[in-house]
Amino acid sequence: MSLNPLSEIPSTSSAPPLLVTNSEPQNRLTRWLKDHASQLSDIRRGLFRFSRNRLSMIGVVIVLLGLLIAITAPLWVPYPDDVTGSVNMSIRLHPPSADHLFGTDDAGRDVFSRTIMATRISFEVGVIILLVAITVGVFLGAIAGYFGGWINQVIMRFTDIMLTFPGIFLALAISAALGRGVLNATLALSVTWWPGYCRLVEAQMLKMKEEDFVAGARALGAGNLRIIFRHILPNLLTAIIVKASMDFGFAVLNLAALGFIGVGVLPPEPDWGSMIAAGRRFIPISWWYSTFPGLFMFITVLGFNLLGDGLRDLLDPNATVR
Amino acid sequence: MKLARFLVKRLLLIPIILLGLSLITFGISHVIPGDPVKLAAGPQARPDQIIKLTQEYGLDRPLPEQYVRYISNLFQGNWGYSISNKRDVFHDLVTYFTATLELTLVSTLIGLVVGIPLAIISARWRDRWPDHAARFVSIGAVSVPVFWIAIILQIVLAQNLHWLPVSGRFDPRANYPTTHTGLLLIDTLLAGNIPAFFTALRYIIMPAFCQSLLVIALITRQLRGDLLDILRKDFVLVARANGIPERRIWTRYLMKNALIATISQLGFLIGFQLGGAVLIEYVLDWPGIGQYALKAALLLDFQPIMGATLFVGFIVVIVNLMTDVVYRLVDPRIGFA
Repeated sequence: MSLNPLSEIPSTSSAPPLLVTNSEPQNRLTRWLKDHASQLSDIRRGLFRFSRNRLSMIGVVIVLLGLLIAITAPLWVPYPDDVTGSVNMSIRLHPPSADHLFGTDDAGRDVFSRTIMATRISFEVGVIILLVAITVGVFLGAIAGYFGGWINQVIMRFTDIMLTFPGIFLALAISAALGRGVLNATLALSVTWWPGYCRLVEAQMLKMKEEDFVAGARALGAGNLRIIFRHILPNLLTAIIVKASMDFGFAVLNLAALGFIGVGVLPPEPDWGSMIAAGRRFIPISWWYSTFPGLFMFITVLGFNLLGDGLRDLLDPNATVR
Repeated sequence: MKLARFLVKRLLLIPIILLGLSLITFGISHVIPGDPVKLAAGPQARPDQIIKLTQEYGLDRPLPEQYVRYISNLFQGNWGYSISNKRDVFHDLVTYFTATLELTLVSTLIGLVVGIPLAIISARWRDRWPDHAARFVSIGAVSVPVFWIAIILQIVLAQNLHWLPVSGRFDPRANYPTTHTGLLLIDTLLAGNIPAFFTALRYIIMPAFCQSLLVIALITRQLRGDLLDILRKDFVLVARANGIPERRIWTRYLMKNALIATISQLGFLIGFQLGGAVLIEYVLDWPGIGQYALKAALLLDFQPIMGATLFVGFIVVIVNLMTDVVYRLVDPRIGFA
């Protein structure tokens, strides 16, 4: 907006004195807009660039549809009884038809209804995992990076140990040890998810704490906690949001993986992973049973990853120059 | 000299990490509500047999004592026995690990062969259709649930088209080749047994492809970003201004710089894969360490769980260290600080 300095001059010179602007409440908005003009134009330019990226927009559409489905599914799902585990052996393993878009499973339940309803629990668990991981990881990473010294050593070596556990294995061991069920699976995945955020925040914190604005805040008498949470962490918000948007899809995938192995969401509660596992026994004849839940999950996760990738391209300071 | 100090510093950390790993795993596997002894003794076991077995496994001792005994046994080369199959854990780990190693090598190869050109195409034609296509492929590759795509491939390629075997590592009816390295693809070639080599190759294609999706995605993403960063650098501008052909700029100036970060990404990926592709190995019945660990975890068979975690943890730590060293040797700007 204010890129051209010449265009600024007439508007400032014709503006009434400060005293007058303050007297009218409506002008507070215009003043706010003016004060934040550069940020606003950044946002506007960002949104424009984002909307020009077709892949990102596809991601947005998929994510919005997914959220809509997760929220409203109980209202319109065609066979609500099938979700809680009713049994209709007379229509067992029917192929896809107009009545049953995705066919029926081995208990005669509508695969479409169960796939749709599984969105809900997957999203809930995904959000919980990320909230726990971000809270724990950001807190530990901030402390480790800010204070350094032995505190850093203890926290970061512990993080290293957690990161050394191969892939899904720790989550698997925890859920196997705690017993099957969605709560334990959520807990297990949360435990394995925080180290990533801890590393991210610690690395940024090490850089940030040397910045002049931190020295300035300290000179003004701000305490350590105030500096960490009010001055430094807001600067890391974009990095955390970008990582979270990329992670959500993976959290959903991992929950399904635990369900597939049999330690995640328990049947008859619908879950993509356990549905794929159950359908596997009826392949190749009843191919729809495993195929559709997997396809649906694939598209959902793809949406989140496309969105996350677009966000990263947009918000990553290293990647802003066109 | 700096390298030596760097190595010593990093090597000293390894025991700490392994100690932590062993403590956490021991903790998890000993709060389990299930009873591994009853599992081992079988359903018909009498109470006195169970007591005897509990004593034999040392499970009646206090936990710290059990832990110390476990660790001292480890150092004597005794990694314990699996309760479910009664075999020596260490021997099993080595056998299963070679299968995972083979899978990792092949999938990493596929990942590089596909990922690097994809990244170059993407960066070369940024924001044009080749870029969109390449990004869609790489994002799609990490969005696919691997256990699902493995099942779909099994149906299509194995059961319908009969191009590839359904699952496993080698034809159970054929003579298993004598092993030197444990890597079937290499062993069969060493023995000059070409038909067996192709049999092994047919078995590894499906799991390696599923596994390579992750490699393709991460390599493409990393390399594309680095290439775009470097394309903006002044030395590229200077090179172009001096009339150096575009092809030469890409091969001599860009790739050399851009591949550095990819090396570190690759190291992470190899370490990650050596931890075992639990889901792929489970679905496609690949006898790797992930499958071994999964079976142990589901049966609450604690000595294999402990053994697998420590074994894999050790390998991951070593691979990470090697990556860090190579990374610093290739790019002297980073240094061994």
